[in-house]
Amino acid sequence: MAGKLVKSIREAIQLAGLKDGMSISFHHHLRNGDYTLNLVMHEIAALGVKELTLNASSLFDTHAELEEHIENRVVTKINTNYMSSGLGRRISEGLMEAPVSFRTHGGRPRDIQLGITPIDVAFIAAPTADCAGNCSGKFGPSACGSLGYAFPDAMYAKKVIVITDNLVDYPLKGWSIPEIYVDYVVRVDAIGNPQGIVSGTTKITRDPVGLIMAQTAVKVIKHSGLLKDGFSFQTGAGGASLAAASYLKNVMLQENIRGSFASGGITGYLVDMLEAGCFESLMDVQCFDLKAVESIRKNPAHQEISAMQYASPAAKSAVVDNLDVVILGATEIDTDFNVNVHTDSSGYIMGGSGGHSDTAAGAKLSMIIAPLFRARLPIVTDHVSCISTPGRDIDVLVTQRGVAVNPKNQELMLRLKDAGLNVMDIQQLKAVAERITGKPGHLTRGERKVAEVIYRDGTVIDSIYSV
Amino acid sequence: MLRSMLFLPGNTPGIIINGEILGADAVILDLEDAVAPTEKDSARVLSRNAIKYMGFGACQVIVRINGIDTPYWQKDLDAIIPVKPDFIMPPKVSCAQDVEAVDQYITALEEKCGFEKNTIKLIPLIETALGIENAFAIAASSKRIAGIFLGGEDLTADLHCKRTKEGHEIQYARCRMVCAARAAGVEVFDTPFTDVNDDEGIYTDAQYAKSLGFSGKSAISPRHVQAINEVFSPSLKDIDYAYEVMEAIRIGKSQGKGAVALRGKMIDAPIVARAQQTIDMAKALGLGREE
Amino acid sequence: MKKIIRSATAGTLESSDALVTVAPHENGVVIEVDSVVQKQFGEEIFRAVEETLRALEVKDARVSVVDRGALDCVIRARVETAVLRGEEDA
Repeated sequence: MAGKLVKSIREAIQLAGLKDGMSISFHHHLRNGDYTLNLVMHEIAALGVKELTLNASSLFDTHAELEEHIENRVVTKINTNYMSSGLGRRISEGLMEAPVSFRTHGGRPRDIQLGITPIDVAFIAAPTADCAGNCSGKFGPSACGSLGYAFPDAMYAKKVIVITDNLVDYPLKGWSIPEIYVDYVVRVDAIGNPQGIVSGTTKITRDPVGLIMAQTAVKVIKHSGLLKDGFSFQTGAGGASLAAASYLKNVMLQENIRGSFASGGITGYLVDMLEAGCFESLMDVQCFDLKAVESIRKNPAHQEISAMQYASPAAKSAVVDNLDVVILGATEIDTDFNVNVHTDSSGYIMGGSGGHSDTAAGAKLSMIIAPLFRARLPIVTDHVSCISTPGRDIDVLVTQRGVAVNPKNQELMLRLKDAGLNVMDIQQLKAVAERITGKPGHLTRGERKVAEVIYRDGTVIDSIYSV
Repeated sequence: MLRSMLFLPGNTPGIIINGEILGADAVILDLEDAVAPTEKDSARVLSRNAIKYMGFGACQVIVRINGIDTPYWQKDLDAIIPVKPDFIMPPKVSCAQDVEAVDQYITALEEKCGFEKNTIKLIPLIETALGIENAFAIAASSKRIAGIFLGGEDLTADLHCKRTKEGHEIQYARCRMVCAARAAGVEVFDTPFTDVNDDEGIYTDAQYAKSLGFSGKSAISPRHVQAINEVFSPSLKDIDYAYEVMEAIRIGKSQGKGAVALRGKMIDAPIVARAQQTIDMAKALGLGREE
Repeated sequence: MKKIIRSATAGTLESSDALVTVAPHENGVVIEVDSVVQKQFGEEIFRAVEETLRALEVKDARVSVVDRGALDCVIRARVETAVLRGEEDA
């Protein structure tokens, strides 16, 4: 047991037997505060290992050093669920030969479990661990709360290395990932910068347009017929989505509705709802702020779930399949309700599905909330430049100037019309936007395929081309 | 109907473009306090273009021009009148003569543009001690006057007192304004509530203004608009009662009765007039019962 | 006809706005557009500048637009203001 504790990341990498052409993995709970990926990649590069496949649940701007490792062919293939704009821009400019494979938060654990994307060595950044590798995100100076996305890596990788900056006596009390999966443990000075890991507080938007959309979103939920005892809900951490959560809380309390659970990335707003009795439980795959971290540490009703339990289509059942309502964002949505969350208005990669398509597929009501235009760009297009989530999984688009219901959901359309909401055909909504902004010219895409979008069932649903 | 009027800074395109969807009955494009002296030219051109090319949907458009003691107000009107806003709001109006100056200037521009005279109405902003004392004269000074508008911030400076959330210091001004406006047969609008983070306070303040007789209230934050609309809309109870009153009157008339009672109370002319106002407003808002 | 006799700017670099600079120039109009929505609206912006200059009877000028997603009517307003600020005093 004591033999698991090794002196350095380099030693652990060597002991794990990392060789050219292998696959390594990382999880992203430390978000833009993560030091671990850079520390590990630096050692790997120094060891001269080449042509690795990097499987990371998400990549952030703090991982910009990867560019160098890609240029030096240390990394030649990337599998990820999300990529922020720093690295995304370089990928779009044609940095890599092999296209990046984008999956979803549910598709990634599925493909790891099924051996489609096997992992040779997994690196788990653990805010607290003991010398046997029992580890948790709930405690320590770099506490991040849930370690949900790291579970498939721990369970299915050939070798698992836990990296911690808070090594405690065996046995760690309240571990999330148990020692049975762990090969080596390394102590480092810091696994991340707490300021970048979780924000002190996530704040609801002050943008009046966002607040208007949030109010409309809650009206849609209220009149959908789903808001009753046992209600389940998920929303992102965007300002308007959080505002919707806070308005929803008021409605649930006023009407004395006791929901079942809220899931996904958890913020203080959902913690407030749990504590106010709006929900019986939170199903937490990732914490977004300190309040959520404190809650998951202290409140047994606030439960950590693995990426598999969250969203994997290979799991025997998953939380997303029990969702009533999910609120999601979009950079573009087309008149068939296909949604793009991968690329920006110029075609550069700046995001990814994350749990977008998983929750949209699972929830009874999938709502996109987005301003009808951003600066001068209308959100509704004839064809999205990248399909992240297929339109068949989207029920309704909420904008500040009207609501469009997918014609496949006639019941919802009637309910919202009866409730007096400003329901429009999505073509009409597009026309409203273009009357204000003018009709945008089409983007011409580049020659080279720089990424592919793999739907949660494993099928490639779209490709992203160079800019 | 002007329950809520939302101030928008006249030189900030990012805010102006979504002005119409924030729920206000009217937007006030502000060329005065929200615009630095060096940007007055820029704001008037931008606001003019926004009205001309974009419009504000179902919202009525008010433009707050610069005061007649500044070198800007005529240029403001030169730019804005041709695009036909619904109302001009001249600030710091202290006497009937202030209105006359603006009135005459607008008349000349209306003629030049080929508009019918008095197309563009005025909502003078009264925010000085002298203006309060002259409120009736101002309200009755021109056919263009649609209403008068109380500005609490500048007024308290002029009164040498502090503006408070409770507003005791503007109590007299509020009452005087309502009385003057009603005497002149025009509307009267209340000063904005200035704490944008106090979501409860806005209700209290708006309810109080309504209880004094104000027709509506302005807002400096979109977050206050909904509260103002709620407070200044008739409640379903009010609407039901108004219909009951009208029904009782109808029955009374058909039976040839001179006096009609409802719930043991005599219905006199003012009650009928108020009931009719409530029904008109409810219809305009699409509230309450079908007839 | 209006003559641009000094360099002048109008607008800002905030989202939904544009910063327009006019400067004296001989022999015609030179327009430069740098926009966050260049691909979608580059030509429209160019046309809006041209039309505004024509309406203001500006024959010679160098105009640069740094656009942050401003609507057409905003671009036109900023160009007009810059011209008013840069023209010969009437």
